[in-house]
Amino acid sequence: MESQTLKNKQSELEQSKNKFLDLSNDQLIEMYKKMLLIRRFEERCAQEYGKGKIAGFCHLYIGQEAVAVGTIQALNKEDYIYASYRDHGQALARGLDPKKIMAELFGKFTGTTKGVGGSMHLIDADKNFMGGYGIVGGHIPLAAGAAFTAKYKTTGGVAVCYFGEAAINQGIFFETLNMAQIWKLPVIFIIENNRYGMGTSIKRVFAGEKLYDTANYLDMNRNSFNGMDVLDSYNVMKSAVELARKKSLPTLLEAQTYRFRGHSMSDPATYRTKEEVELEKGNDPISIFLNQLLENKVTTQNNLDEIEIEIKKIVADSVEFAENSEQPPIEFLTENVYTD
Amino acid sequence: MTQQLQIREALNQAMCEEMERDQNVFLMGEEVAQYNGAYKVTQGMLKKFGSKRVIDTPISEAGFTGIGIGAAMTGLRPIVEIMTWNFAILAFDQIFNNAAKLRYMSGGQFKCPIVVRAPNGPAHMLGSQHSQALESMLVHVPGLKVVTCSTAYDAKGLLKSAIRDDNPVMFLESELMYSVKGDVPNDDYTIPLGVGDIKREGRDITIVAWTKMIPLSLKAAEQLSLDGIECEVIDPRTLRPLDEDLIFDSVKKTNHLLIVEDSWPFASVGSEIAKRVSTNIFDYLDAPIVNINAADVPMPYAENLENEAIPSVEKIIEEVKNILNR
Repeated sequence: MESQTLKNKQSELEQSKNKFLDLSNDQLIEMYKKMLLIRRFEERCAQEYGKGKIAGFCHLYIGQEAVAVGTIQALNKEDYIYASYRDHGQALARGLDPKKIMAELFGKFTGTTKGVGGSMHLIDADKNFMGGYGIVGGHIPLAAGAAFTAKYKTTGGVAVCYFGEAAINQGIFFETLNMAQIWKLPVIFIIENNRYGMGTSIKRVFAGEKLYDTANYLDMNRNSFNGMDVLDSYNVMKSAVELARKKSLPTLLEAQTYRFRGHSMSDPATYRTKEEVELEKGNDPISIFLNQLLENKVTTQNNLDEIEIEIKKIVADSVEFAENSEQPPIEFLTENVYTD
Repeated sequence: MTQQLQIREALNQAMCEEMERDQNVFLMGEEVAQYNGAYKVTQGMLKKFGSKRVIDTPISEAGFTGIGIGAAMTGLRPIVEIMTWNFAILAFDQIFNNAAKLRYMSGGQFKCPIVVRAPNGPAHMLGSQHSQALESMLVHVPGLKVVTCSTAYDAKGLLKSAIRDDNPVMFLESELMYSVKGDVPNDDYTIPLGVGDIKREGRDITIVAWTKMIPLSLKAAEQLSLDGIECEVIDPRTLRPLDEDLIFDSVKKTNHLLIVEDSWPFASVGSEIAKRVSTNIFDYLDAPIVNINAADVPMPYAENLENEAIPSVEKIIEEVKNILNR
């Protein structure tokens, strides 16, 4: 019996090692750092929002970190990323400078779009981070258009589009999926199913069962993954990216995830029970990954403690940078309406 | 050397020449390829350029316009043909929220060199949903350029400029004018956006009009000339940015202004022109500015009601005489 248990444990260990796939220890640590950066950055955003330093609509990504980090890990530099207005997580995962992001949230000229975009429109064209977009589902065809360009110019690039589950009820979702499939565009659509479109449970507003089955009748590739498990995110995304890159085929993915905070800073989230939220917090993607790393001796508790300090400093520095930056000059109001 | 071309042929030449000139230009839209265009503007283009660059779309105006915008922001130069601007209303979210704002809200990181083309305005007995002149909705949005054409010469030169422009350009044509012929130079030429044209010179009154209202105004001007009234007919061609100086200079000379448009009167392009003239050169006006518009109703089908609802040569003559007290 004992040897059997040992054998089981060994095979479990091997399985979870296999789960790390082609990722090196350095890459795994880097992914952990990004997840923690998103978490600490967003916690700080909430504080700064409370202090009135950040205004407007501010949608936090806390709880969904594994989706952005796992999926973006599977991309190359030439690939395009489109996000919804809940875009801080993807921006940080893509490697946008936290200082510039925080400055943007503070409405400063040193921000990602010089202060004109704000929280919902983080953009870095140099990193092909094509932006956060504020109209639910409105950015879905843009990603297909970027994929069209990649195919037209045979760059080998793919485009990825993130949106919440509520966006699948927009007509533009179907229109775009259909054309992506007709024209075989290298695009990956990722439904981040955090179960609530603002205050409305998806169960109340979607007649089907599985969201990714919406791709069924277009005969499009589809899959879902555990969005609380960064390795599962990476793994499933990797296959989709390969299909897009090598065969120029689109895929619809559904990430099962959960946001631990309200829809935006002004949302007390009374539409879900405390018990539900507490239960889901038991599936914290950062804790899950941390345990995987420790169990498989990818890193040590000491290292993790150091990472925590390192990340806290990055976040503190970003706030300091934002604080000390200037607002855009008044003349900037009328710049960039048109290009010459 | 010139050639006689229909407006549809002039538009076709403009697209073909620009596609030959720049591999990044492509055309997509409803019935543009195999059907050769709902109004035959894209005749022969599939054969010439192949299905990679001349693309039939499903009837998903928002979707394919959005895909065009995504292609434009990543380095291509799409021409998106929509069957009419009435249907383009479905794509207004994409045009207003994405195309018009990408450059501004990215802090200048993106450009969006897309042309969205479609016929605009009432044609003949098409009923309420197919008979709308929507230019005032488009000019309302900063970030868009809005271009119209009333001759074959203008159509070709302006469309070529629109395709080369790095901004989103909304290009407004007219079903009823596609067959109108005009002289077009054989040599390559463009007409800069934002520059209007004097279609007829005159000393007594300025008439500002565009697209179908140009031939109407010219006909009225001809008849008025018999009574000794000389109208200056101005076509701004580009509605945004507007060549207001051309209009101001003309009104300074004639001291009277009539604006003719086949769109609704409430917050129209004409009311913007009237505002700018009265704000900037009020002292030059000898009479109140008058606007002729479509009736402030959804367009009816019945022929007599439709004729009553749209501007006519007779209405223009009547208003000119009223303004001049003749």
